[in-house]
Amino acid sequence: MTMDTTPRPFPRKDRDLRPDRPGSPVDSRSLSARPLSARSVGRRTLGLGALAVPGLLSLAGCGPEAGNGGPDDIRIVDYYNTPADDVAINGTFEKCAAELGLTFSREKVPGDQLIAKVLQMGSSRTLPDLLMLDNPNVQQVASSGALAPLEQYGLTTDGLTAAVADLGMYEGTLYGIAPTVNTIALFYDTAALEEAGVPPPTTWDELYDAAAALTTPERYGLAFSAIASYEGTWQFLPFMWSNGGEETDLDGEGVIGASGFWSDLVREGLVSRSVVNWGQGDVIDQFKAGNVAMVVNGPWNIAGLEADTPDLDWDVVTIPVPSVGTEPVAPLGGEVWTVPITGDEEKQEKAAALLKAFVAPENQLYMAGQRSTIPGDAAAAEQFAAENPQLATFVDQVSTARSRTAQLGPDWPRTAKAIYTANQRVLVDDTDPAEAFDEAARTVEASRTAS
Amino acid sequence: MTTTATQPSARATRTVPASRRRARRQDLLVRYAFIAPAALYMIAFFGYPIVKNVVMSFQAYDFATFFNGKAPFVGLANYTATFSDPIFTRALGNTALFTVGSIIGQFVIGMALALYFRRKFPLSGFLRSLLLLPWLLPMIVSAAVWRWILEQDNGALNRFLEGVGLVSEPIPWLVSSSTALLAVIIVNIWLGIPFNVVLLYSGLQSIPGELYEAGQLDGATGWKSFWHITLPMLRPVVSVVLLLGVIYTIKVLDLIIGLTGGGPANATQTLATRSYEMSFIEFDFGQGAALSNILILIALAFSLVYLRANARAAKNG
Repeated sequence: MTMDTTPRPFPRKDRDLRPDRPGSPVDSRSLSARPLSARSVGRRTLGLGALAVPGLLSLAGCGPEAGNGGPDDIRIVDYYNTPADDVAINGTFEKCAAELGLTFSREKVPGDQLIAKVLQMGSSRTLPDLLMLDNPNVQQVASSGALAPLEQYGLTTDGLTAAVADLGMYEGTLYGIAPTVNTIALFYDTAALEEAGVPPPTTWDELYDAAAALTTPERYGLAFSAIASYEGTWQFLPFMWSNGGEETDLDGEGVIGASGFWSDLVREGLVSRSVVNWGQGDVIDQFKAGNVAMVVNGPWNIAGLEADTPDLDWDVVTIPVPSVGTEPVAPLGGEVWTVPITGDEEKQEKAAALLKAFVAPENQLYMAGQRSTIPGDAAAAEQFAAENPQLATFVDQVSTARSRTAQLGPDWPRTAKAIYTANQRVLVDDTDPAEAFDEAARTVEASRTAS
Repeated sequence: MTTTATQPSARATRTVPASRRRARRQDLLVRYAFIAPAALYMIAFFGYPIVKNVVMSFQAYDFATFFNGKAPFVGLANYTATFSDPIFTRALGNTALFTVGSIIGQFVIGMALALYFRRKFPLSGFLRSLLLLPWLLPMIVSAAVWRWILEQDNGALNRFLEGVGLVSEPIPWLVSSSTALLAVIIVNIWLGIPFNVVLLYSGLQSIPGELYEAGQLDGATGWKSFWHITLPMLRPVVSVVLLLGVIYTIKVLDLIIGLTGGGPANATQTLATRSYEMSFIEFDFGQGAALSNILILIALAFSLVYLRANARAAKNG
């Protein structure tokens, strides 16, 4: 029993609402190398902004909300709280703002509270000039009419990898741009694989056999996250998509087959049943602890992996596909920057100009390097892969990756929930995948007709 | 006022009520002034949200509503959708099991500990303050630690149980639909014990020792003195502990979110977690509001029982 009289929801940090950036890439090196606390910069600009408030009031007639400074002060909201992210984002904005003669005030929101904050800002008409959104939410926000189309400001998807461009599109209109993206791949313990005499797996059969060979009484062969949150769906997608499954056809063979593959791995004891309660952060922790030999995970956890287990010899391959010759298809993660409609046309234009500078390829390269993410620009990504061979696998995965919302748009979150719920039933209770996904399809259908 | 002189009395009947009325009006004003702060506070912070919540439950209140302000009324659609949702029945059953299981566990253990600490022994004060520990920890911390303890393969609890030979196979505490609810109840019992101990212990302190001495003379010792002296004397405290316990337990959200997130496969989904999920994950605030109204009604029913019991106790006392 709790004595807390107000039920305050706080999803665990590894189970927040951002499927693609759940871990905290705390880079100790960049921590110590931080020249100037990013927060102090933020405070200073915020103070400057406060001085300029009266000017804005007379100019734009906006509400007297805090942080919305003068006509050249761009108000930014994002969720980059970890030092490595924070320094990279802030540094890039500082550079771009200085070039354009603008200033900015950044507000960093805890990741799991961003959407609640956006809703609150939306209803109180206090949306910032630049808003970062996790990509599965972009279409939902765009469909509510809160975002400005970007083409009018000269922002285009030119040069972006096709799937990356999709992240910011809603009904054929560009509403947001992702400077860097990420995805997931298979991490493995090199020594363990050598010892067991198995090569890095490329197909499901090989993955199964490798997991079997690697499983010992102290160690599981493989782990992925099948938690009851969007993370669980995000990790299932590469298996589902490469097997021909479609989010529009939940009770189709492709989806059911992929779920059946996961189910086999768990039932045979090659994957711990605990994966139904493991977020991606838990999964990488199990890998660090040596409890698992192969894990599905993302580049944002590499910094932590190197810092915590410098002696562990690991490598990354693309996620195995059902059969030889099948193209791997991974989901695309990452944050998309948008320009909300604030009613101040002039300010929106300035914000868009700042965004345009911010997402320039050279800045993408800088941010990608600092944050272990992949540039959204195709040419920049190629250059990046050459410079960072360790991340080359992820660059490969990104080039064939898919946006989660490309097909369903604002309907995606509902479908994503149906997918993880069905997988939970399959993995926890050994429910037949066909039965679980049949019900998932019906649930989605029912809620779609209801709303 | 007067029975002899009619003239002054007639005047009195005319003037006195007038001044009295004035006085009464002033009196009333003062009374209202005293009530006003509390009333305004209640209206602003309890009345408004509840009314808003009730209104919302009859609206199609979703993601876009926050931006365009449009929330059309849909009658009972949110309620029919809620009742026809298969997870609702499960959540309702889980809420009942969770509440009853937690309350029984907390109360029995809390009572046993309270009785135990009534005896004076070295370090009893220190140990009693240690018992408050679960209360001092932030819920998110407790949930995270318990998640480690209850881990299937490397969790402390399974290691211990296997070590002493109680189980041969690790128990999948949080990852099996047959044990997850039990595991969540166990953690909630642990969290609720301090509350029960503190209240029951202070209740025990107020029972005069003479009663036990007198009982002893009549042969009431051990269990008999508990049944015939302690329990009847503790009655008012017990009813408060149980009823507050029910009201607090029925709406537990953070603990379940932290331990299982309502999973695995909805095995620990309660009305509170489902309402949270509806509102903040599916962004169907209308249906979320409908669910939380149902929860409020249930809590309200128990509150009424509590107020009744309180009033009765006040009358008797």
